[in-house]
Amino acid sequence: MVLPRLVSGPSVQYLESAVKSLFVPSYQIFLKDSSSELRTRYALNALFMFVVTALSIILFSLGSESVSSDVLAGMLWVIIFFSSMSGLSRTFVAEEERGTVQTLQLISRPSAVYVGKLTFNFALTLSLNVVIALLYLLLVNGFAVQTPSIFWATLVLGSCAIASSSTIIAAIIAKAHTRGTLYPVLSFPIMLPMLITVIKATQLSMEGAFFSEALGEFQILISYTVVLVAVSAVLFDFVWRD
Amino acid sequence: MPRYLLAKLSLLLWLTGVIIAGIAMPMVPSPERWFELPIIPALEQKARIIFFHVPMSWTTLVAFIASTVYGIMFLKTKKLDYDLRSVSAAGLGTVFCVLATVTGSIWAKFNWGSFWNWDPRETSIFVLLLIYGAYFALRSAIEVDEKRATLAAVYSIIAGVTAPFFIFVMPRIMTGLHPGAKGDEGGSTPVAQLHMPANMRVVFFASIIGFTLLYFWLFSIRVRLARIESSSEQS
Repeated sequence: MVLPRLVSGPSVQYLESAVKSLFVPSYQIFLKDSSSELRTRYALNALFMFVVTALSIILFSLGSESVSSDVLAGMLWVIIFFSSMSGLSRTFVAEEERGTVQTLQLISRPSAVYVGKLTFNFALTLSLNVVIALLYLLLVNGFAVQTPSIFWATLVLGSCAIASSSTIIAAIIAKAHTRGTLYPVLSFPIMLPMLITVIKATQLSMEGAFFSEALGEFQILISYTVVLVAVSAVLFDFVWRD
Repeated sequence: MPRYLLAKLSLLLWLTGVIIAGIAMPMVPSPERWFELPIIPALEQKARIIFFHVPMSWTTLVAFIASTVYGIMFLKTKKLDYDLRSVSAAGLGTVFCVLATVTGSIWAKFNWGSFWNWDPRETSIFVLLLIYGAYFALRSAIEVDEKRATLAAVYSIIAGVTAPFFIFVMPRIMTGLHPGAKGDEGGSTPVAQLHMPANMRVVFFASIIGFTLLYFWLFSIRVRLARIESSSEQS
């Protein structure tokens, strides 16, 4: 990739080398993961069915009861949490199962792998959450969003926060036995501050609060994402190298 | 003569003194003599928990920080000895965390009416218990020593950086029952203000010092035990 040479000097060279060594490989890893996922659609189909199953359980258990909006906001994020827990570990676990870890270790730097996987997980979480939210809005009686701007902003920022915390945990559990059970166990204490915040923000969106009232929640979500991405980027080297 | 006999004996005496003082110092309506504590309305004799419960929670925190710091030192040096220290600190942290939770919960039954109220501090210590549980579950799921040490250290660091978020998140969603929570007369601060008479304060800090020293003593025993175990496994 060649950058247009508008200005020259060491800073431009540094930028160019950063693009070449970090962003291009991570973009390629993102492309590789997404195309292999779209080709087989194993995970996507299974995830979609998981979401439908979880939603039907909620619908059956509610029946014709009218439930308070606080409970409905919490349940939405229960579905989102467990769907993420069943889907997001795949990026690393699949590498481990296919035995392609060493190839990846050879061809790219750990930070590039991390950024690529993080982007893939973010795209997966966001699309999954949008599907869940749309189904939830359609099917659950009494779930009425008064302030859509807060609701969708919460969904996007919540996806960022989920992707940032779950990617590094996925890298950890890919090296352990009993991955499936371990993943939610390890993730829950890490995700709890973020889950409490998104549930609070969803409640605000159902109460018809102004966008400015939810800014505090958004600040927490953004700082949570930034802290976790920064720490994970530093620690990923230790997890990834055998 | 055994090692550090004098230090151990003085720690024993110190903690005995703290326990006797904490339980036996009389509470009177208007304290005049140096050993008399004031009666705090609505708490009365139940106020004595502050001499034991708070130092236990404090020791939990010390152990958690020690475990994370040893984790960082392991990642920097790759010496398995630091991992032994990290896991020993985490094990002691779990013990003190359970003690603090149980004493607090029993006390809450008698003062606040139920064993568990999801007050911010109760929630934080519950999350700490979950983190310790997850930490040991992760450790038992990995067989290779190096890998187990690395991943456990990474996990404890990640848990360590997310823990401060509770200070910002919790007060937003609920009013607390502990001192220093939102709605408290002394103002809502992460660290509760101390409104204690001087003699109570002396016992309180003596107890904190005693528990901290007890932690370091137990810690050194556990580390030495872990070293013996790991060397006997290798041979």
